[in-house]
Amino acid sequence: MSIGNTLLGLLETGPRHGYDLKRAYDQRFGHDRPLHYGQVYSTLSRLLRNGLVEECGVEAGGGPDRRRYAITGEGVTNLEQWLATPEDPTLYLQNTLYTKVVLALMSDRSAADVLDHQRSAHLRLMRELTRRKSEGDLADELICDHALFHLEADLRWLELTAARLEQLRKRVRV
Amino acid sequence: MSDPLLSGVGLRKSFGPTTALDGASLDVWPGEVVAVMGPSGSGKSTLLHCLAGIVPPDGGEVTYGGQVLSRMSDGPRSALRRNEFGFVFQFGQLVVELTCVENVALPLRLAGVGRRTAEREARHWLAQLEVDDVAGKRPGEVSGGQGQRVAVARALVTRPRVIFADEPTGALDSLNGERVMRLLVDAANQTGAAVLLVTHEPRVAAYSDREVVVRDGKTRIVDDVPVGFP
Repeated sequence: MSIGNTLLGLLETGPRHGYDLKRAYDQRFGHDRPLHYGQVYSTLSRLLRNGLVEECGVEAGGGPDRRRYAITGEGVTNLEQWLATPEDPTLYLQNTLYTKVVLALMSDRSAADVLDHQRSAHLRLMRELTRRKSEGDLADELICDHALFHLEADLRWLELTAARLEQLRKRVRV
Repeated sequence: MSDPLLSGVGLRKSFGPTTALDGASLDVWPGEVVAVMGPSGSGKSTLLHCLAGIVPPDGGEVTYGGQVLSRMSDGPRSALRRNEFGFVFQFGQLVVELTCVENVALPLRLAGVGRRTAEREARHWLAQLEVDDVAGKRPGEVSGGQGQRVAVARALVTRPRVIFADEPTGALDSLNGERVMRLLVDAANQTGAAVLLVTHEPRVAAYSDREVVVRDGKTRIVDDVPVGFP
């Protein structure tokens, strides 16, 4: 995810200082990966250098850096372009699991076991996310759903591959 | 380790030349939610039907609470199903001539409970499943999601020890399916009922405590029984 554009999006709601930005980011988007202070300040320096944000005052009080930042007109244009540009759909053509299945078949090991162990690990994570979803707020629910749908796609592939193991065995043993 | 509440050992079942179960085994402990997964035609629904005493297996044994279900005659087996088990199917299977509250009260009425008491209990479960507002409507007048929640309420009304759910969300969209699952699992946890859930949807199976995979009529136990169940 583009941290720079996300910070621009947060600044569009009003000027903030670095600590405030980090807190807003972590609360809305950080989940398992909160931002480091270093990332916040290095990103702000880059945005400042590129004219996408500007300093708009210094707040008195504790903490080393209480400078407030505001998004510029150029920053808004940049943010709008980013929001309007679709993300590249990710391809998973170099799949480790596929490699493991093929190697298991080539060496006469149980490819079904490889698939079952993976399936179990996937479903364990899905259970954890489902629990987290029921305990969290709507933001948690949406972020967990995104992960759950991806894991579900993997599981469907595991199921399909399990049903085609014999066919695949004949191919790889040629 | 205590004994399982419900146990199927070496279950075999054929329909004509087609083998549906080929030595499937499964234990269910009180209060746990077990997902039975597997491709279409793998035998997962037949396994559920054998364990629930709906279909007698050709071979193997089903034990419930120490009694061998597969050797019981029809009468006692039906009584057991009525009193101890609850059922939820893919398409609710509500009685279209009855209102939703009458549908939910039906298992209690069949067990000889008076109408007023049965309907009071039915309304309690309709409220638990967040469909108390459709109590007076007939199944044809409610949405698919509401109808399925009414069916779950009907499965719970006798406070069964095991709920058999065969693709309970199969006819619902994601949002309604998840709601049905959340309410079903919450209600089962509340009453201490075990749930045997047949599904082909991983997101539905994620509401379970563990998963069993059925392939070619055989069970593969891929998860350990969670701590605290046996």
